[in-house]
Amino acid sequence: MIKCPENELITIEKGELLSRCMEMKKSGLRLSQACAAFCDGNYELSYSFADDETYEYKTLRLPAGLDEEIPSITDIIPTAVFYENEMAEMYGVKIQMISLDYHNKLYRIEEEAPLLPKDAKSTAQ
Amino acid sequence: MSSILNFTGTLLKNLVSKPITKNYPEEPAVYPERTRGRIVIDIDQCISCGLCVRNCPPRCITVDKNEGTWTINRFDCIACGYCASKCPKKCLKLIPGYQKPGRSKAAVTYRKSEEVMEAERQKAAEMAARKAAALKAANEKKAAAAPAPAAKAAAPAPAENAAAPTPAAKAAVPAQTVSAAPANAAPAAAVPEEKQ
Amino acid sequence: MGNISVVPFGPQHPVLPEPIHLDLVLEDEKVIEAVPSIGFVHRGLESLIVKKDYNEMVYVAERTCGICSFGHGMGYVEAVEKIMGVQIPDRARYLRTIWMELSRMHSHLLWLGLLADAFGYESLFYHCWRIREQILDMIEESTGGRVIFSVNKVGGVMKDMDAQMLGRFVEKLGDVEDQITGIRKNFLGDKTVQMRLRGVGVLTKQQAHDLGCAGPFGRASGIATDMRTRGYGAYSELEFEPIISNDGDSYARCQCRIDELFQSIDLIRQAASAIPAGDLFVPVKGNPDGEYFMRIEQPRGEAVYYVKGTGKPYLNRLRIRTPTFANLPGLCETLKGADYADVPILVLTIDPCISCTER
Repeated sequence: MIKCPENELITIEKGELLSRCMEMKKSGLRLSQACAAFCDGNYELSYSFADDETYEYKTLRLPAGLDEEIPSITDIIPTAVFYENEMAEMYGVKIQMISLDYHNKLYRIEEEAPLLPKDAKSTAQ
Repeated sequence: MSSILNFTGTLLKNLVSKPITKNYPEEPAVYPERTRGRIVIDIDQCISCGLCVRNCPPRCITVDKNEGTWTINRFDCIACGYCASKCPKKCLKLIPGYQKPGRSKAAVTYRKSEEVMEAERQKAAEMAARKAAALKAANEKKAAAAPAPAAKAAAPAPAENAAAPTPAAKAAVPAQTVSAAPANAAPAAAVPEEKQ
Repeated sequence: MGNISVVPFGPQHPVLPEPIHLDLVLEDEKVIEAVPSIGFVHRGLESLIVKKDYNEMVYVAERTCGICSFGHGMGYVEAVEKIMGVQIPDRARYLRTIWMELSRMHSHLLWLGLLADAFGYESLFYHCWRIREQILDMIEESTGGRVIFSVNKVGGVMKDMDAQMLGRFVEKLGDVEDQITGIRKNFLGDKTVQMRLRGVGVLTKQQAHDLGCAGPFGRASGIATDMRTRGYGAYSELEFEPIISNDGDSYARCQCRIDELFQSIDLIRQAASAIPAGDLFVPVKGNPDGEYFMRIEQPRGEAVYYVKGTGKPYLNRLRIRTPTFANLPGLCETLKGADYADVPILVLTIDPCISCTER
């Protein structure tokens, strides 16, 4: 009855993102969450997919530079809209072509990229 | 199918029974024993260690060791009880009964009684004297053995002080000044000891 | 083609306890498109990681939401414990489970009351909240707070419930169970209520899956996913089955939540009879170094806590994905094709919690 598989973390490259997401969608997983983090001068984007039957949890980890442009996955998974808007607003991730773009005003914060450390540009490699 | 009027029973019962609510301001509210209402301090037990200051999530407590005061801004306090769980002397306690609302934020200061302060001052002086004596002895010993390494050991002292950015360290500063002031050239090794 | 008009719904609306704004595109009386916008109560809790260390963040995490407060605290500490490899005592696991179920009960009863209010059944609303008050009393008696429990800490729990208290609670829950059986009849058997709920906002299983619906909202459409099955807390040692329905309409969502109340009572009974003696917490040393995605079942559905530490007392990232955030796309889908008069009920059926959505 109890199903508790370990979380899986898969590091991917930018070019793979869309095909990987398509793969996940085809195998019947649902997008559970997507978020950005900032560590050692780089963004770490995570796209987590959950299986509702086996309770597997797979996370695609995409490291990205500060100025890198990331393709939006909303064409494949429309529900990623809010997650991608949140990434863009909170961390200033440059996501291209979100299907419903709130233009950094999802949370109506005046400040730009409030979660990004102020010295992020100087620590970037 | 009795699909209509099935709330009637409850309704009739409610009509004849007493109200379940209390007539609050006239009838006082009864809080269970564990209610986290507000923080109280047994100020004479307090040793001004500053642990509550460092572990207060909203940072609403300030402690002044020299003055022997403990100040809380009750309007910032979230009554989480973290300070009470960290207090080494267990002189902080959460008791039932909430903080009364007010028009503006105000801090409440508790001051230690004169006797306790006097006893503490004596103890601090005693400690300082003992430390100074120990230091003097150590310095003499070192000076006799090798003068050069002693100077080197004293050098990193200011750097270590500057590298402590947390409010924790700042809070520890007054405590440090009291005991370390008489002993002018406190050696570097004494500083981290003080912080713990 | 009828008249197309755009009607703003919210942020201030009688059925909304919290502010969310929807732009409803109407064709005559039918909604053809709904565009949500949030951001009225964003508090920036996630950014507090730079000011509070990981122990203090427990209290911040708890204040993410006023209703599922305990769940947020529990999800966060379990994530940190997982990273640090802390094995908490069995008694603490059971106590957390009991509190989690109590908080689920009070959340569901609150929601049932709000639903009753939304379809205009005010006496039922008051009745639900009266029952909920007994749960709140139990919570206050055992933790010291009515909605913010503040009993979790990294490594265990801070307060205990002795056998006498547990016995009293279980006895009282029997009484509460009878009362819930009473309101179940009112919600599910009443003809007028059925007319407001049946067939409103139908979401098929496939749709619910594609839209990533979580919690009772998804379970009402037949997705048998309940994070408790993952066996965190003491759920691995308790017997339960996810409650699902296949109808996918508002009535099914109401039914799922009412039945979960009985499930919660059953889980508390099981936990109270099986709770082992022992310590409440284990001392924790060091700082979290690593990352973990913790998923727990909140009253509103699956919540994800992403914690990333780098060996310092201050975390690198804390991310809380709340169930309402996942259910927003589902809500927009159910609104399509609905009558304008049903919009308030549909907004309520996802059990919206906007403050925790925006954090």
